[in-house]
Amino acid sequence: MQRKHLPSVQESTGFPEGLKHVTKEKLTQKSFKSNILDVFMAYIFKFFGILAIILLGVILFFLIRESIPALREVGIAEFLTGQRWNPSSSEPGYGALPFILSSLMVTTGALVIAVPWGVFTAIFIAEIAPKRVRELLKPVVETLAIFPSVVLGFIALVIIGPIVAGVFGLSSGTTAFTASVILSVMALPTIVSIAEDALKSVPKSHREAAYALGASRWETIQNVILPAAMSGVFAGVMLGFGRAVGETMTVLMAAGNALDMPITQFFGVWLPEFFQSVRTLTANIAIQGSDVPWGSLHYSSLFVTAIILFVITFIVNLASDLLISRQRRKIGHE
Amino acid sequence: MNKRTVQTFWFSICGLFAGLTVAALAFLLYWIISQGAGVLSWSFITSRPEANMTAGGIWPALVGTFYVAALTIVISVPVGIGSAIYLNEYAKQGPLVRVIRLCIRNLAGVPSIVYGLFGLAIFASFLGLGTGLLTAAITLSIMVLPWIITSTEEALRSVPQSFREGGLALGATKWQTIYQLVLPSAIPGMATGSILGLARAAGETAPIILTGAAYFLPVAPSQLTDQFMALPYHLYILATQHDQTEVVRPIAYGTALVLIMLVILLNLAAILIRQRYRSKNEDL
Repeated sequence: MQRKHLPSVQESTGFPEGLKHVTKEKLTQKSFKSNILDVFMAYIFKFFGILAIILLGVILFFLIRESIPALREVGIAEFLTGQRWNPSSSEPGYGALPFILSSLMVTTGALVIAVPWGVFTAIFIAEIAPKRVRELLKPVVETLAIFPSVVLGFIALVIIGPIVAGVFGLSSGTTAFTASVILSVMALPTIVSIAEDALKSVPKSHREAAYALGASRWETIQNVILPAAMSGVFAGVMLGFGRAVGETMTVLMAAGNALDMPITQFFGVWLPEFFQSVRTLTANIAIQGSDVPWGSLHYSSLFVTAIILFVITFIVNLASDLLISRQRRKIGHE
Repeated sequence: MNKRTVQTFWFSICGLFAGLTVAALAFLLYWIISQGAGVLSWSFITSRPEANMTAGGIWPALVGTFYVAALTIVISVPVGIGSAIYLNEYAKQGPLVRVIRLCIRNLAGVPSIVYGLFGLAIFASFLGLGTGLLTAAITLSIMVLPWIITSTEEALRSVPQSFREGGLALGATKWQTIYQLVLPSAIPGMATGSILGLARAAGETAPIILTGAAYFLPVAPSQLTDQFMALPYHLYILATQHDQTEVVRPIAYGTALVLIMLVILLNLAAILIRQRYRSKNEDL
């Protein structure tokens, strides 16, 4: 019997192309040098590892450092409660309250649209769609996620704005509502992908148990899968909020950027004014940041608003982090 | 109502929203392509803006975007890979790694405009680099770093553990194993992450407004400290800052189309690399 040709290790299936050049001799060349190098590289990588901590620290340090002059001169209370922003006038105002309210308002409006849209889409992708439809939907969501925000802002300006102005009889279409609509498109991919992950992480046994009890597919989704995935879905919503509140270009181009308070009194109750031009925290920094004299009080006051923004996103991200780890624990324990 | 009807109703609702997602993307693409295709030509891409940006092309903005995105990748990819190697190959699970991961997630959540302001404060003002290509690229690098780290880590995780064990068993040092066995196998995954980072850097506007993008500058930057034009900022200016926004609208659509094409092509490349890599690794 003829002996079969035995494949060498490298010819055997699946050995990656890129590794064909590796030989035992080369790989195990041992020398004093290679040992020193090994120790040295371990330190190098440790540095790269803790770089993330250093960077976050440096960012915080510089934001605080640059905002100290304004905080000393004006005080944080004025920033948080003042209603007039005009740092460069002879009677300067440093009230960032309109920006804070506008940011929260525009973002909340965006979520009112994006949460049902995103969660239902995620349910469809994760639970309902046949495989081929799913394969089509995922790249669609991914493509939406990579749309440059300036292009979406442009679309809001030329299409959504005029429609809003026409439908609601406004003189200008750049309003908080317009910004909310386009921001919902920006927050959507984040919500869909995190919610989808959460739905998928629910163990198969849950589903099978529900089916065995006679539940329909929808009843299973509604009563078993959604409740089990709830913290993950919330995490997606939080991340979507973080993404939307920090978004600059779309809001800058769609919201009109007026300095007024975005609320109005209606029979003694303060209500948000969605069909009015507003300016968010992000938009204000983008507008004034590029030509403000470095080191001026105005410059410093922009850093105070950046810290306010940073704190908002930090809290939101932390909350979503906690929710995701809760989701993992919950699924893991069951 | 019977079970079936209820189910059909809710499934239709879900399908409707999913359909809305597809429709939104289709509309966005259709609108930009149909409006922008008219002005798109070879000379639009290769010529300078003229007559106060009401005529001519986008060449300097395209070059500026290429420069700043390339420089961003040159800075962020080595750092990101280093960080991912530490997290995936060297670090032991513990409080330090938890803190590092928390910081990475927080860096990913910092609004882009805050990065811009930070870049202005530290690189432009404190370190004296001024606003320009280098300041913008370093700022963008820090911004895309979390994405590069995450995608590189994913690539490293997909390298079978047996590769590392095999290397170490043959007597290679840890670094020799990583450098000669683990990294080459992870290259396609890392390339995917870098290309996605490139796309993100190319499409980003807010940080470069503060750190070095120029309103109008018809020549390509020749030094690292030069200011530059960039496609997304150019679009922003044409759409809102120009004194004849209606007149330059076709050019704005053309700019938007080129920007979208650039970003989508980069992502397509990333997806193709990822898929090729996946099918190759399946039999491992």
